[in-house]
Amino acid sequence: MAIQPVSRFLASRQGIILIGAVIGILAPLLQKFGNPANMGICVACFERDIAGALGLHRAAVVQYIRPEIPGFILGSLMAALYFKDFRARTGSAPLVRFVLGFCAMVGALVFLGCPWRALLRLAGGDLNAILGLTGLTIGVAIGDQFLKHGYTLGRSRPTYASAGLIMPTLSLGLLLLLFFAPQFSANGPIFFSEMGPGSMHAPIAMSLAVGLIVGIIAQRTRFCTMGSIRDVLLVRDLHLMSGIIALTIAAFATNLVLGQVHVGFSAQPVAHSNHLWNLLGMVLAGLAFVLAGGCPGRQLILSGEGDGDAAIFVLGMLTGAAFAHNFALASGPDALVNDALKVGGPSIWGMWAVAVGLVICLLIGWTMREKIEEVR
Amino acid sequence: MHIDTCGLSCPEPVIQTMKAINTGAQSLRVLVDNTTAMENVKRMANSKGFTVTMEPQGELFVLHLNKA
Repeated sequence: MAIQPVSRFLASRQGIILIGAVIGILAPLLQKFGNPANMGICVACFERDIAGALGLHRAAVVQYIRPEIPGFILGSLMAALYFKDFRARTGSAPLVRFVLGFCAMVGALVFLGCPWRALLRLAGGDLNAILGLTGLTIGVAIGDQFLKHGYTLGRSRPTYASAGLIMPTLSLGLLLLLFFAPQFSANGPIFFSEMGPGSMHAPIAMSLAVGLIVGIIAQRTRFCTMGSIRDVLLVRDLHLMSGIIALTIAAFATNLVLGQVHVGFSAQPVAHSNHLWNLLGMVLAGLAFVLAGGCPGRQLILSGEGDGDAAIFVLGMLTGAAFAHNFALASGPDALVNDALKVGGPSIWGMWAVAVGLVICLLIGWTMREKIEEVR
Repeated sequence: MHIDTCGLSCPEPVIQTMKAINTGAQSLRVLVDNTTAMENVKRMANSKGFTVTMEPQGELFVLHLNKA
């Protein structure tokens, strides 16, 4: 296959719209075949489930090794190798990126979803997603101001190819743990939920296949939800946004066909209708994504093509997920108790975590600015 | 004018180039080290009325931006 024409098409406006639409069709199909409602793909939720499966947290309802995540990383690696795009690099403020990943996950788990899931929730009729997407936009807008004023985490450097292969190797390890599900000790991991969202999943082969496909096409198109908002606000560029809109419309259409649209705010699946915290959670997440240079999905893709700094962000998210559940920071969903709606949302700890996370991210954005290097 | 964006995270290559364009530069040479940055810089420069030619340089790309 000729590489150049394919790359050129995927980099074009039509290319990104097509790719957005493909993801928008695949995600609701995963729901049809077993993934939780409005959660065909959710990078934050799936990393949280993986943290649970490994025993990093013990929330029994959200433990499963989601094959989509290693699929994204390995799909990205495959595309990067085939299209000669694999570049092992690292060294741009890794600890800061870990902290940003941690904060991003706390924000996402207060909202209950990453930006991809926010779009899928909207496409399934969950109007709380509007609050989340508004918060995401506010967070991105705040981050843009720091970028405009010289925020940078510094340059990465090329490193050994083997260093760039660590995340793909870890992904293979996760798949082995999923396939063989070894019991490491009595009452020990690997944990698989027997009820709740963690117990709901499409067949492994299907999830892995979708993960690989999305990984490949997202690597080629640089698909990024946060980037789509940032580019509109910062450089008035609608390229990525057109893919995001295509994803949402395609997911909505697919949901309509599959009977998966339920419009409303209350008691939406794996969601809460606490508007303030839906918004604030995603403000934190959006800000952290901008400061780290990509949404959670994009960070997975980057880690597959050799970016060690993106890999550190992912590990920060994984750790953040473990803390979010061990320390009761993650929101609870809406619930019906005796036919009465009990609005979910974060605990007081979750609220404080968002506040502290915002302070941390603002400090990172404010203090890590340098004068733009003198142009020669 | 020459801008080296190697190793910078997205979207810093675009921002640095845009800042240079906004200072009134008519001709720019931008060094990028990945295709994402290359495409993003190219798209932004085109939208600002620049023609862009790309010259591979080992694993890097040199973008020549000229005001049309």
